[in-house]
Amino acid sequence: MTIKIHTPLTREKVKELKVGDSCLITGTIYTARDAAHKRLKELIDNDKPLPIDIENSTIYFVGPTPSKSGQVIGSAGPTTSYRMDDYSPDLIKLGQTGMIGKGKRNGAVIDAIKTYGAVYFGAIGGCGALLSKCIKKCKVVAYPDLGAEAIHKLEVEDFPVVVVIDSHGNNLYEIGPKNYLTQNKAE
Amino acid sequence: MREIDALTITNTVKKLCIEANCHLSCDIKNCISACAENEPWPTAKDILNQIIENYEIADRENLPICQDTGVACVFLEIGQDVHINGNLNDAINEGVRQGYSGGFLRKSVVRDPLDRVNTGDNTPAMIYYEIVSGDKIKITVAPKGFGSENMSAIAMLRPSDGIAGVKDFILKTVREAGPNPCPPIVVGVGIGGTFDKAAYLAKKALLRPIDLPNATPFYADLEKELLEKINALGIGPQGFGGQTTALAVNIEHFPTHIAGLPVAVNINCHVTRHKTEVI
Repeated sequence: MTIKIHTPLTREKVKELKVGDSCLITGTIYTARDAAHKRLKELIDNDKPLPIDIENSTIYFVGPTPSKSGQVIGSAGPTTSYRMDDYSPDLIKLGQTGMIGKGKRNGAVIDAIKTYGAVYFGAIGGCGALLSKCIKKCKVVAYPDLGAEAIHKLEVEDFPVVVVIDSHGNNLYEIGPKNYLTQNKAE
Repeated sequence: MREIDALTITNTVKKLCIEANCHLSCDIKNCISACAENEPWPTAKDILNQIIENYEIADRENLPICQDTGVACVFLEIGQDVHINGNLNDAINEGVRQGYSGGFLRKSVVRDPLDRVNTGDNTPAMIYYEIVSGDKIKITVAPKGFGSENMSAIAMLRPSDGIAGVKDFILKTVREAGPNPCPPIVVGVGIGGTFDKAAYLAKKALLRPIDLPNATPFYADLEKELLEKINALGIGPQGFGGQTTALAVNIEHFPTHIAGLPVAVNINCHVTRHKTEVI
């Protein structure tokens, strides 16, 4: 079953999501990857305000290709998330509830997900052309000097993701392969 | 002595950068289609079908298949009877510069690994030269994404570790990478040579079409066996479980020292890109 969800992602909405759920996200999300996260962390460490509204926000780890004329955005699939592991817990503590990426997260991120009530979604890596079709608006809202790594505000429609780590810390990267292997052995 | 103008090199590199990033080669497409057909796990099958839809969109609309359009790895086999008019390195980098700006590809190179300022034009390329006989130049552009590059590894095994040690190291590297390099992956392996030669061979192995086994039957069998073992790990497409963890294992090998057994594993994602032209 596919669940339709709208941003902002409140903690109540987050709690209803279970590991392995297929979801279609509609609404505003922000992009940020390595360089932008580093700058956000520096602001947090210096008690300075962030350039985006972090409360109930969803951050998509992506650095899109440049758009051609007439395009909203270029290819825009997820980047590997563990590089944001040093930064995500602080942002979750401040109110971020959703992350979209691909690949494993460390214990500190999973602890923050459980403690504060957040969710880690996976989008399909290497499907940037397909995923770009779900992005209807795109605007740089911070750090334009970073180019593809700038923070973009995106309006997405039915953006397909899967719940990889839910607010209880259940992890699809452990459960999925295990279930497949069990089933495979049984047959 | 045949003369080739540097401008011809630039134009070829430019074209290859764009083509490689927007159009997946047939060997990879055929393999993904076959895997989607044979995949028994529903989630995995669904992901493989979306991967197919993605490269079809990219083909049709000349869009980059993946937003990580990579660092441009440029392999040249230069015939020793060729003379190039102009600076070859500059010509290659100019081709990358033009390809990445004209092709609306992402610029992903920083000028220094520690100060991390983007060069803005995806240069410099990673250039690999080989001198061969003849009067032609074979140029291959292989854009390499770093999600998979970061999951690569090298080991300086002992000769006594033997084939069992080699297999264990390759399987361990793939298992630890798990979902990170965007499975289904292509596994490039370099065995032998020196520390750096093994890594080079692993990268070069990724250039070989995945439907073309190693020419030596022993290594072709090893490729086949490792592919089966990797696909028995259950990682599956995107790491969500399933049969299709790897599309292929490509091994290249080379003589080595009596004291050594270097093994390098260079992982590539399902968007394994390379385009070649002979001038």
